[in-house]
Amino acid sequence: MSDIIGLIFIFIGLTFDVFGCLGLVRLPDVYNRLQAATKCVTVGTCSILFGTFLIMGFSAPGIKALLCMVFLVLTSPVAAHAIARGAHRSGIKLWDGSVIDKYKEDKEGEI
Amino acid sequence: MKSRIILFVLAIFIWLFLSWPPDYQHVIVGVLVAAFVALIMGDFFIQRPHRLKHASRYWCFIFSYLPTFLWEVIKANIDVAYRVLHPRLPINPGIVRVKTRLKSDTALTFLANSITLTPGTLSVDIDRKKGVLYVHWIDVKEKDVEPATKIIVERFEKILKKIFD
Amino acid sequence: MKILRWLIGTLMLLCIAVLIIVRPLPFLFYPDLPHVGFLGRGLYIIILACVLCLYRIWRGPTGADRIVAIDILGIMIIGLCAILTISTGRSWYIDIGIAWALQSFIGTLALSKYLEGKGFDE
Repeated sequence: MSDIIGLIFIFIGLTFDVFGCLGLVRLPDVYNRLQAATKCVTVGTCSILFGTFLIMGFSAPGIKALLCMVFLVLTSPVAAHAIARGAHRSGIKLWDGSVIDKYKEDKEGEI
Repeated sequence: MKSRIILFVLAIFIWLFLSWPPDYQHVIVGVLVAAFVALIMGDFFIQRPHRLKHASRYWCFIFSYLPTFLWEVIKANIDVAYRVLHPRLPINPGIVRVKTRLKSDTALTFLANSITLTPGTLSVDIDRKKGVLYVHWIDVKEKDVEPATKIIVERFEKILKKIFD
Repeated sequence: MKILRWLIGTLMLLCIAVLIIVRPLPFLFYPDLPHVGFLGRGLYIIILACVLCLYRIWRGPTGADRIVAIDILGIMIIGLCAILTISTGRSWYIDIGIAWALQSFIGTLALSKYLEGKGFDE
């Protein structure tokens, strides 16, 4: 029974991985790509690892998969945050259809 | 001294998870390595150990923060899938400024991570002196500070203020 | 031009669907474990995702796009390691996954620092 639930989790994870990469290809600028890709791929991979834990049970690979899942949830948003900040500091502009950019206004006020 | 003991316990738990199932040789090496790590790092990671004593914080973390976080993550994924699969890409992006009242480093880190994994928002930078976060929003509904704060930050700030302050 | 892109995407999806129906991807040394058929078909989906990532690395307008794609590719390889763990029954694949997660995180932080320090347009 837990095998079937694990396979369902793995299937959901694979689907969200493909959606995230589709967002990486279709969306127009760095920040939007970062949003779609980070959310979908993080949750998809966590779902795959949780399915691995359900299939393997409390053995060595199952426990390691749980540890890897916790680690991934903690680090992936930090990496996204660092990339977004670096991209904005290095002068990459937002997409033309963007509505507002408060960050740029504040940074110009300081210098 | 107290923070070193807490760090030692954390390190030995991670070691036991990595070398499951436990064996006496693994446990001996793990105790030595964890003691070494705790001795060197000292109070670099955990700066205020007296905060960790209250049991109500842990219950609040498990029963109030985790369900909210999981529900928001599921909503975020369905939202992103809808936006990506729509043929005309219904996006309206921009960077807005929101305010926060949290002070400590751990609480701000948790708040930024929660904002990144919730629907349509991505935290770009933190200004700790003014208590301001810059958030990239994929579908801007409010351009001003106050209503945007109400939509994005409020639901996590109440819970995190109970846990970390 | 837009019609050409939609055509190529539809063709890729059709190819993957046909391959999924026809036969699972064979593993090299697989013993008689359960779920090998399902997971071998799942590998096609993850390969499709990796190809989309590689397109973004090849055709990124700026350096930041490439860094994002490399980060995402690293996260997906962890999922691939987990699938290989189940389907081949060898537990050291998940060790590779943990090490990869640590190293990919540190590499991404270093690349973003580099991006912040200097203008990096192509």
